[in-house]
Amino acid sequence: MNHKQKRMLLRICVSAVLLVLLQFIPTTGFFKLLLYLIPYAVVGGDILWKAVRNLAHGQVFDENFLMCVATVGAFWTGEYPEAAAVMLFYQVGELFQSYAVGRSRKSISDLMDIRPDSANLEENGEMRQVDPEEVQVGDIIVVRPGEKIPLDGIVTDGSSSVNTSALTGESLPREVGTGDEVVSGCVNLNGLLRVRVSRPFEESTVSKILELVENSAAKKAKAENFITRFARYYTPAVVGGALLLAVLPPLFFHGGWNDWIQRALIFLVISCPCALVISIPLSFFGGIGGASRRGILVKGGNYLEALARAEIVVFDKTGTLTKGTFRVTAVHPEQISEQKLLDLAALAESYSEHPISRSLKEACKKEPERSEVSDVQEIAGQGVRVKIGGKSVSVGNAKLMEQEGVHGRECELTGTIVHVAVDGTYMGHIVISDEVREDAPEAIAALKQLGVRSSVMLTGDAKAVGEDVAARLGIDEVHAELLPAGKVEQVERLLGQKTGRGKLVFVGDGINDAPVLSRADIGIAMGGLGSDAAIEAADVVLMDDHPSKIADAIRISRRTLLIARQNIVFALGVKFIVLTLGALGFANMWEAVFADVGVSVLAILNASRALKMKE
Amino acid sequence: MKKRIKLTDLDCAACAAKMEEAIRKIPGVNSATVSFLTQKLTLDADESRFDEIVKQAAAVCKKIEPDCRLNP
Repeated sequence: MNHKQKRMLLRICVSAVLLVLLQFIPTTGFFKLLLYLIPYAVVGGDILWKAVRNLAHGQVFDENFLMCVATVGAFWTGEYPEAAAVMLFYQVGELFQSYAVGRSRKSISDLMDIRPDSANLEENGEMRQVDPEEVQVGDIIVVRPGEKIPLDGIVTDGSSSVNTSALTGESLPREVGTGDEVVSGCVNLNGLLRVRVSRPFEESTVSKILELVENSAAKKAKAENFITRFARYYTPAVVGGALLLAVLPPLFFHGGWNDWIQRALIFLVISCPCALVISIPLSFFGGIGGASRRGILVKGGNYLEALARAEIVVFDKTGTLTKGTFRVTAVHPEQISEQKLLDLAALAESYSEHPISRSLKEACKKEPERSEVSDVQEIAGQGVRVKIGGKSVSVGNAKLMEQEGVHGRECELTGTIVHVAVDGTYMGHIVISDEVREDAPEAIAALKQLGVRSSVMLTGDAKAVGEDVAARLGIDEVHAELLPAGKVEQVERLLGQKTGRGKLVFVGDGINDAPVLSRADIGIAMGGLGSDAAIEAADVVLMDDHPSKIADAIRISRRTLLIARQNIVFALGVKFIVLTLGALGFANMWEAVFADVGVSVLAILNASRALKMKE
Repeated sequence: MKKRIKLTDLDCAACAAKMEEAIRKIPGVNSATVSFLTQKLTLDADESRFDEIVKQAAAVCKKIEPDCRLNP
């Protein structure tokens, strides 16, 4: 509690004690009124003052003013204890509300506690602490164990494991060493790191993320806008209703003035739409905060809301569902052992820097003896022909085999097939393909389970490769051999296929797919760590490379929406019930105060659940 | 020009909505959002008259919630 809240608490206590004491003092008439005005003034003096001040500014439908009219009215009709108590409970509610909002604000800012306070700049062998904003590109900074990495850069010296959980939600630390890139916001766990800064602070990952999350409050969900619009009409309508209730029955239907004024006052007590105005944005902000804790950055409440209705999810293949790196996935030797075939191919390709030869080298796990290789002939688009130990070795595709007069066996697997022949004899082939991400099948299954109608994969790759990956992952529809413009066309066509309020989600790695990302209802970019393009183009950014986070995002979205809806129904429901009961003469001031502040507090508590996302 | 301005002592959510609406009506303002939770005003307004517009926005806020201050 801050100073302001503590003082309020003191006033509430004093007023409450006075009010209880007054119950034991037998008084009547004017003297009783005077006595009850003491606790009233103690607890509600500032409200009266604010009401007068705001009225002078022309704020008729001001919460403070309406509360004053309600309580002064109650004094007028002789309900002295009620008048003082309503003001007391109103203040208790306000205090609790301000405390709860303060707590939520704090937990949100804790979530976003990735901003580094200082950087250790190394100059001429000396280290001094500076503001991260003062550090320039190319400077060397030192990050000690336990410290946050303040700026993006490249490790020049040292090795350590870093905790990226604040950015990615991934709890497993990542190992880094000399030459590796590190991003700001991660925590250095055990070793000392020297880092050459690669981006100024304003462009660092931390600044980008913070800006994105803060900006997200500006893009409001439809539900939030509805509440704001609703609030604009609610208060005037209820106050108007109160006026009619106070005046009409006594004038035209022989009602008692006192009775109907009391009923009208109940209306005034419930006239503030606070419960909704606070709790709905809080739910969305909490949802966005909870998502970002799990490495899912949502750029606005509107996108979080739309995610719940995902109907068609379109994936880019390379780099999204697959790792975009090539690896030996099968070895089919003839006559010799698997290892021999691999060694032979790697050795023949040892002078090449092609991704294929790199994956061959990786697969045979040892450095090839290059000295054994001579007479290297690279045949563009086909492969290589070399001499090893006096024998002619050819490594390449089917066309190369044809040239050698060798019959290369066809393979039932898809991918890039590398054939090997020695002195005109076929030795077998090696299959190299892009690896599917570990959690990709799970990601697709989870989407199906969430009721996503269809999953589609778009790829520029060969048809066979695309269909193979799609079949392995359980994807419904695949379109291969597409140019970037073709991807946009496909997305346009799919947009026409969705039903009613369903949404089309496109998931890409942010490279080359900016037009598609912006064309889709929701663009999700994967692997946002360090990639500016992805953060710029997408509506949702997954900070790590797990496509399974898409289902998580949809779950978070639906939960947030559920909480927001609960609040709308609960708050409006209680208010309308109490309004009706009040008009009919069945509700009293006490119930009205509960319907106002009690509901507010409960709605805020409910909304703060949106922050806490279950695993 | 776009700027985020911190609001101190913004204690009432309904007021935040009212402020937002009133600030949007100031001539030269392209867009404005008041977030009750982050206690921030995001103001996008005519660059040449930006300071003047911020002053007007401060006046509008003061009128709606007298305790609330803008810290540009």
